[in-house]
Amino acid sequence: MSIRVIQPGVQTTVQDLGRFGYQQYGVPVAGAMDPHSMKLANILLDNDPGEAVLEITIMGPQLLFEEANYVALTGGDLGATLDGQPMPRYQAVLIQPGQTLRFLGLRNGCRAYLAFAGGLDIPVVMGSRSTYLKAKMGGFQGRKLEAEDVLRFRAPNLELPFPERRRLGADFVPQKQYELRVILGPQDDYFTEAGLATFFKEVYTVSAEFDRMGCRLEGAVVEHKNGGDIISDGIAFGAIQVPSAGKPIIMAADRQTTGGYTKIATVISADFRYLGQLKGGDKVHFVPISVEQAENSLFLEQQYYQMIIDFFNRDRNMS
Amino acid sequence: MEQVRFLLTGDTSLSVEFGNEIKESINHDIRAYKIALEKAEIPGIVETVPTYRSLMVHYNPRIIRNGELKEKLEKLLSEMGDIEIPPSPVLEIPVLYGGEMGPDLPFVAENAGLSEEEVIRIHSGTEYLIYMLGFTPGFTYLGGMSDKIATPRLQQPRVKIPAGSVGIAGSQTGIYPIDSPGGWQLIGRTPLKMYDPNRETPILPEAGQYMKFYPIDQAEYDRILKEVEEGRYQLKTHERKEA
Repeated sequence: MSIRVIQPGVQTTVQDLGRFGYQQYGVPVAGAMDPHSMKLANILLDNDPGEAVLEITIMGPQLLFEEANYVALTGGDLGATLDGQPMPRYQAVLIQPGQTLRFLGLRNGCRAYLAFAGGLDIPVVMGSRSTYLKAKMGGFQGRKLEAEDVLRFRAPNLELPFPERRRLGADFVPQKQYELRVILGPQDDYFTEAGLATFFKEVYTVSAEFDRMGCRLEGAVVEHKNGGDIISDGIAFGAIQVPSAGKPIIMAADRQTTGGYTKIATVISADFRYLGQLKGGDKVHFVPISVEQAENSLFLEQQYYQMIIDFFNRDRNMS
Repeated sequence: MEQVRFLLTGDTSLSVEFGNEIKESINHDIRAYKIALEKAEIPGIVETVPTYRSLMVHYNPRIIRNGELKEKLEKLLSEMGDIEIPPSPVLEIPVLYGGEMGPDLPFVAENAGLSEEEVIRIHSGTEYLIYMLGFTPGFTYLGGMSDKIATPRLQQPRVKIPAGSVGIAGSQTGIYPIDSPGGWQLIGRTPLKMYDPNRETPILPEAGQYMKFYPIDQAEYDRILKEVEEGRYQLKTHERKEA
């Protein structure tokens, strides 16, 4: 036995980078809402950056460890404690059998990511360990965690190289107003000039309807030329749908593969780290950039990961 | 295919748009382009998603950037005439019509002013084009149902419809791939599992193929169901004869 779930929290699911290759069959990708925080948690533990982790939402679980292993906690601050003491975030922590990880309440962000050295023993379904809740697919029995569930480690690693070096500054920093960079399209030509101007000028507020499927926004109506319905096409992670009522919805990890609403723009991949941390009441503002600029941000992020990996493993061959 | 447009859908996918209506010829163009793209084996492409209007191409920008991919996709479009596209297969779907499996068959018949047998004959007499999949894993958007058997949705949707149920909603017909709530008029059920995450091919139909239903009786339903459960059933297909 590895981890016993004492309290499950609001929505704790197993996620990796998602289920690719089946969108043409109508299977949503799912995967971590904030893939950046997920990758950092894994990199801290010398895991593959895409290893499956626990995605913990708003009110976290209470987990009793029954086996030792290194873990790392990243993302939003959900008030984690280990045996009553503050649980360090953004670093490798060795947990001993009998220790309890609890989450006292949300301090900032929306989702925390808990990675385990060597990963979790979760079956791969259609190429992924991600949970897709709506079709009860993947993850831990296709559902969020419940009390008395027992999760097993796949290959716990107590010999993690240079554990003392494996720490980062708190990477997620909450903001009064999140600036989300977007690429215009695919249906930007379905909106009036005034509509496009509104979309980029106004500040939008995340409504109470925000989940793994999407994030509904409140704020100024974005004007269409001829309504918001289209003959269905594909939907990307971060696509911003604007139905005829004019209120934008940012589509997220559990989005359906296809849909029949106009999409004005798409949030760039490098900003999913903010998209995945949005919750009701948060403010967002959209900024248009080119696809080349978006690609450059993605490459910078990739270089950052490589720099950390190199630092954690420096002198490894000499030890 | 002269009005094909390349649309930006973020930094890890783009959309190749072939038209703006539900039309068989657009679907054929999309299927042909998808097959050509698979043959071209462009490095960095993760997957492609056909819809009524477009082929969405998901790619890894660390392997290929948007600009370079777009150039390759444009070039492929200009070479389409040289690429041989195999004819679409027709998937043969056995259906036990009426009775417990199709509780709304009497209503559909009454609404159409036809006998139940005539509804079955019309419903199973067409090769339906699979325009796309979406909504839930394995759900097919089919085109080509006769208006004679078009029926409005139920006024009160059912809470749980068993996987495999075959229904009619307006002028659409389709199969529920997983247990789900819904308001379609249920006229029968197939013993096939349209979706099975643990099978080598988890989902049977593909966009651009055709589907034809054929009526079976209870004994054949039970026999096929047993074969499906034992993993022995081979889906029957035939080549579509061009109209």
